[in-house]
Amino acid sequence: MTDLDRRRFLQVSITAAGGMMLSLHLPPVVANTNAGSAAGSVEVGAWLVIDPDNTVTIRVAQSEMGQGVLTSLAMIIAEELEVDWRQVRAEYADVNRHLRGGRVYGRMLTGGSSAVRHSMPYLRMAGAEARERLIKAAAESWNLAPDECYADYGRVVHRATNRSVAYGEIAAAAAQVSVAGVEIKSPRDFDLLGLPTPRLDVPSKVDGSAHYSMDVRLPGMVYAAVVHCPVIGGRLLSYRFNVVRNRPGVRQAVRLDHGVAVIADTWWQAHQAAEAMPVEWEVGDEEDFYSATEQRNFVAALDEPGIVVVNDGDAESVMDEAEKSIESDYSVPYLAHACMEPLNCTVVVHADHAEAWVGTQDPEAAVAAVAEVAGLDAAQVTLHNYLLGGGFGRRAHTDYVREATMIAQAYRGVPVQMIWSREEDSRSGRYRPMAAVRFKAGFDLGGKLIAYINHSVTHSIQQDSGGSGIVGGVDPFSIDGLTDMPYYVPNKRISHRIRNTHLTSWFWRSVGHSQNAFAMECFVDEMASAAGTDPVAFRRQYLAGRPKLREVLAELAEKARWGRAMPHGSAQGLALHESFGTICGQVAEVTVSEQGQLSVDRIVTVVDCGNLVNPMTARQQIESGIVFGLTAALYGKLTFEDGELVETNFDQYRMIKLRDMPELDTHFSLSRGDEWGGLGEPGTPPVAAAVCNALFKITKRRIRALPIADYYLRRA
Amino acid sequence: MIKLRVNGIDHELDIDPETPLLWVLRDTLNLTGTKYGCGIAQCGACTVHLNGQAVRSCKTTLGQAANFDVVTIEGLSEHRDHPVQQAWIEQDVPQCGYCQSGQIMAVVALLKQKSNPTDEDIDRYITNICRCGTYPQIRRAVHEAARKWRS
Ligand code: FES
Ligand code: FES
Repeated sequence: MTDLDRRRFLQVSITAAGGMMLSLHLPPVVANTNAGSAAGSVEVGAWLVIDPDNTVTIRVAQSEMGQGVLTSLAMIIAEELEVDWRQVRAEYADVNRHLRGGRVYGRMLTGGSSAVRHSMPYLRMAGAEARERLIKAAAESWNLAPDECYADYGRVVHRATNRSVAYGEIAAAAAQVSVAGVEIKSPRDFDLLGLPTPRLDVPSKVDGSAHYSMDVRLPGMVYAAVVHCPVIGGRLLSYRFNVVRNRPGVRQAVRLDHGVAVIADTWWQAHQAAEAMPVEWEVGDEEDFYSATEQRNFVAALDEPGIVVVNDGDAESVMDEAEKSIESDYSVPYLAHACMEPLNCTVVVHADHAEAWVGTQDPEAAVAAVAEVAGLDAAQVTLHNYLLGGGFGRRAHTDYVREATMIAQAYRGVPVQMIWSREEDSRSGRYRPMAAVRFKAGFDLGGKLIAYINHSVTHSIQQDSGGSGIVGGVDPFSIDGLTDMPYYVPNKRISHRIRNTHLTSWFWRSVGHSQNAFAMECFVDEMASAAGTDPVAFRRQYLAGRPKLREVLAELAEKARWGRAMPHGSAQGLALHESFGTICGQVAEVTVSEQGQLSVDRIVTVVDCGNLVNPMTARQQIESGIVFGLTAALYGKLTFEDGELVETNFDQYRMIKLRDMPELDTHFSLSRGDEWGGLGEPGTPPVAAAVCNALFKITKRRIRALPIADYYLRRA
Repeated sequence: MIKLRVNGIDHELDIDPETPLLWVLRDTLNLTGTKYGCGIAQCGACTVHLNGQAVRSCKTTLGQAANFDVVTIEGLSEHRDHPVQQAWIEQDVPQCGYCQSGQIMAVVALLKQKSNPTDEDIDRYITNICRCGTYPQIRRAVHEAARKWRS
């Protein structure tokens, strides 16, 4: 039985067995073609299928990479559908159908913490529409008007007589009727949204049955390992396949632009052969690239003018006349995503058709990539999306899909699973950009902030992607969190300059916010101390026009017991930042030992994302973002020497482990309304600043370049 | 021919004994629950048991594993009902889930040695990386699993 058949079988057997709770204990059926539903199950609109036993399978058009979308997006439809949650299952929406059916699933890209924010309206409508169709079908079968009936817990009920029918019994009829003028529920009437709900995918993730794309097993499948030029940007000159061709299992070598692949019966055979094969590269100036020098160059480039994005009042002359002014430069290195599952993709290319199995954040782009490389139309490509072993933005790129297709193209008719070793994954580029940020602040006699000048130099993601996303000479992602600076200053000038190196950059959890919140919120503490004010009081004062931020700040100060006496060598530091529609404030409590050893003891967080779909995954996402940001703050740095990456694996690219974990104390302070802020990213941006601001109190030295591990810490 | 016993089943394998156990499990035996994360014994995603002891299968060769009883995540329980798995479900631990087979196998081995581990024990023995940062849930689930297992 092939993998696909097995999954279809599984799906059929689930349906046949039916029954309560089953859905919670079986892995979500992902990546199928939506065609294999059991006999008797009926699609009521593109978004859901109802089985005769009342099991409802809800299709999720976003990718599950740990953020819980298979659960939270299913909850949104289920809320409107008025169904018993215990009978709900989730599966991926089929990208092939999406493309052939005129983009029936809206948008399938997963990124920008947008899964709930952007799909909320149409998912609610999809659920409501199915509900109204079920009501109408039941009413018609009873010769009643639809408004005499209502939906409740998976049944349609006749109000006057309490007569009722289960969804499973009328689904076939509902599929035939159409409805108009459907209304969605008022948030006041939500039963499911807002309830802590265990994730549907969890059980499959505790027994090894959850399938990631690296787990795809197809009849006749072979494996490919790749070696890329150790200097990014270098090209392949030649390789000597003869040296390794007689090794057991080895089949073929494939020339790639920046590397070479070896195909073999097992990945280990392919990997060993690829590593052993003599290869000659052609490298240019990239060989002279030193990241430490480059980071200094970024800071030096702050002296060069940029494009002015915000210009309020007259910042320059007010600054010149200010009673007191301060100036600081911040900078950050390139970072890798280091998804736990190294990038991989399985492809088979035939003369008139190609099929790909991949974990991707952007299935539409992945289809286009396969089609382009294989010289086919998108309609000739079938793509199966899988659970992602981490994404963080990296899997929204399609470079690995293209490369796998190139290899499969050279080995036609046979499914090839390409896996990048951890080292190749690290060397593959698409990094969080390097950046430098400069601030100047001017104060009047009374210590009031009167002028603010901010300039930044950042490696532009949009420029790497062809430049079409650059607006007026500025990459909007580079200045995220800088231009919407929330503190009031009458005279303000904000400018930016693009500076790209030969390395390639990409979206990394929280994108521009990841570096800009660090710089900005550290500088806010510098401004507070220049003004002789407590950091919380300073922020409160200049957030006069921003009640939601002030509210989070107040709640945070209270929850963290801001200002309380700390033991010698310990201190609290605070940062506050809004991103992706969500405000996140954090207080870090850190200790520096006599020996200069740093420990982050506790992080208190207050979040306002408006409303929550699933409080359980919401907390997990915020805390996951904190760990991600803390890892970057403490250790995160990619070093290039002679053009080659030093941190290619976890022995050098250090990750936080259990023993490094602070206690996390996370609170939600929700301002409601109809706002549904993002959650996957907003936990990340403030962490570095909160920790660095605490460290200043202990060491009396500002940390203005990350990571903290580069500093010698000493109690003042 | 190398004899390998995995999850109670004996296999005879005609494979280079220097092959890491990880790839034998994944590519030859199709036991894909054991994951590849780093290949250099740093992340723990590939953790399996040899005679009940946690080892990192990416740095254990087939030859080294040959005389041991190998247990992978698939062999931990019949019905996903090992106390550690149950605690993992109750605490909703996994996010992307990719590291979790390894985390669970490491924790099972720890609890065999220490039925009531302290936080320090957990910090010392569970050195697996979770890029999603599920550490707070892992810690809670370890204590919960220990309670379940003792009773
Ligand atoms: S894959 Fe074995 S420890 Fe990382
Ligand atoms: S759950 Fe994603 S790496 Fe641990």
